[in-house]
Amino acid sequence: MMETFEKIEDIEIRLLLEALYHRYHYDFRDYAMSSIKRRLRQAKENMGLATISAMQERVLHDPDMLPQMLRYLTVQVSEMYRDPSYFLAIRQQVIPHLRTYPSLKVWVAGCSTGEELYSLVILFREEGLEERTLFYATDINPDALHQAEAGIYDAERVRQFSESYRQAGGKTSLSDYYHSHYNRCILDKSLRRNVVFSDHSLVTDQVFGEMHLISCRNVMIYFDRDLQDRVVGLFKDSLPRQGFLGLGAKESLRFSTHANAFRDFVRTEKIYQRTDS
Amino acid sequence: MTGASKGAVIIGASAGALEALSVLLPPLPAAFPLPIFVVVHVPSDKPSVLADIFDAKCNLRAIEAEDKEPVMPGAIYFAPPNYHMLLEDKQNIALSNEEEVLFSRPSIDVAMESAADVWGDQLIGIILTGANQDGARGLQAISAAGGMAIVQSPDGAYARAMPEAAIAACPQAQVMSLPDMAAYLSRISG
Repeated sequence: MMETFEKIEDIEIRLLLEALYHRYHYDFRDYAMSSIKRRLRQAKENMGLATISAMQERVLHDPDMLPQMLRYLTVQVSEMYRDPSYFLAIRQQVIPHLRTYPSLKVWVAGCSTGEELYSLVILFREEGLEERTLFYATDINPDALHQAEAGIYDAERVRQFSESYRQAGGKTSLSDYYHSHYNRCILDKSLRRNVVFSDHSLVTDQVFGEMHLISCRNVMIYFDRDLQDRVVGLFKDSLPRQGFLGLGAKESLRFSTHANAFRDFVRTEKIYQRTDS
Repeated sequence: MTGASKGAVIIGASAGALEALSVLLPPLPAAFPLPIFVVVHVPSDKPSVLADIFDAKCNLRAIEAEDKEPVMPGAIYFAPPNYHMLLEDKQNIALSNEEEVLFSRPSIDVAMESAADVWGDQLIGIILTGANQDGARGLQAISAAGGMAIVQSPDGAYARAMPEAAIAACPQAQVMSLPDMAAYLSRISG
């Protein structure tokens, strides 16, 4: 008998996400529920609230809750050159194609705190393509975008980034691109010369330009299948024929309704190329 | 694509996992009717060969899960390195890049808690050998949702900390040797 009713917590979560959408126009309604549920349980515990409904009340009546909620609902885990083999494949296999264009647009979709963006900017600089490239770095979380724009990372993390940079085929030393200040590494601001940081939602916003490369790694894993289809459709419409799409190591277009619009370009690295269809 | 199967099995293991799984999984018959999810603590910076190893050794198909991988009965899904594996619903696996839990990504607790939410009393949770506490909370969640909790006997385990922590957190769990566990699972039919 109980089985036929939705669990109370599931109802509360749906209502909370509705509240966030109607109050602030942040739309998490089609996010993957398993992970959202986990993070909302954490939020509830950390905020000392008895129920998710109590969180809903605060979300509706206290605008200061929004940044907190965004911190829980958007996952800000990022590294420079995460999966070095992906960036090596971009360098060795994608760059030769991109070289043939007089000007380039690269979109880092869901850029979070900027690690992946800077990884690409440095790579493009080393390959002599930075000058002709415009980079778009977009995210829905304003705090993350500010951090991306600042380009300041903990020295301890940067040690790991340096090793990954080397494995990704880096041509010098990562330290050539930052200076240290106490235990922080501040990236050279010249790396932002050709970068546009912008608030853009993959869920509710539209295509904003024709891109040659879109890198969107470990962003869509937080979306349910229907929303993934919408976003892959958005990428499809943003890419000309032969444009490139790079996903995370364990993401795939196999299960997408748009699978036919792409072909494997570097299969092992989840780099796809737009086809005619 | 899949009629949701009648239940599922989820297994967590750490130190000594390869040997323990080699006793547990190969005897399962090709007609085993449930999906099996396996979370092993593997290094985050290199590819895992677990799925390949067990695909070769088992009567069942073993795969490393990708995001939104469809769940098929009688398939073994390994959590990939450096991602949490969650059950989105009875048809789909979801991966997540969230912070490590108890220094682990994949985390057994994360996978088991999400599986308990989805499968409720149709879930069998198993904790095997390991040298930490991961899985204790997850097994407790499975039991609380009405599922079946099984723990490898600490005396037979390569590392006893994980089974002991699981038993402490979930005293109602059945404690079994690996061969008994294999025999128990093999008796499950569609």
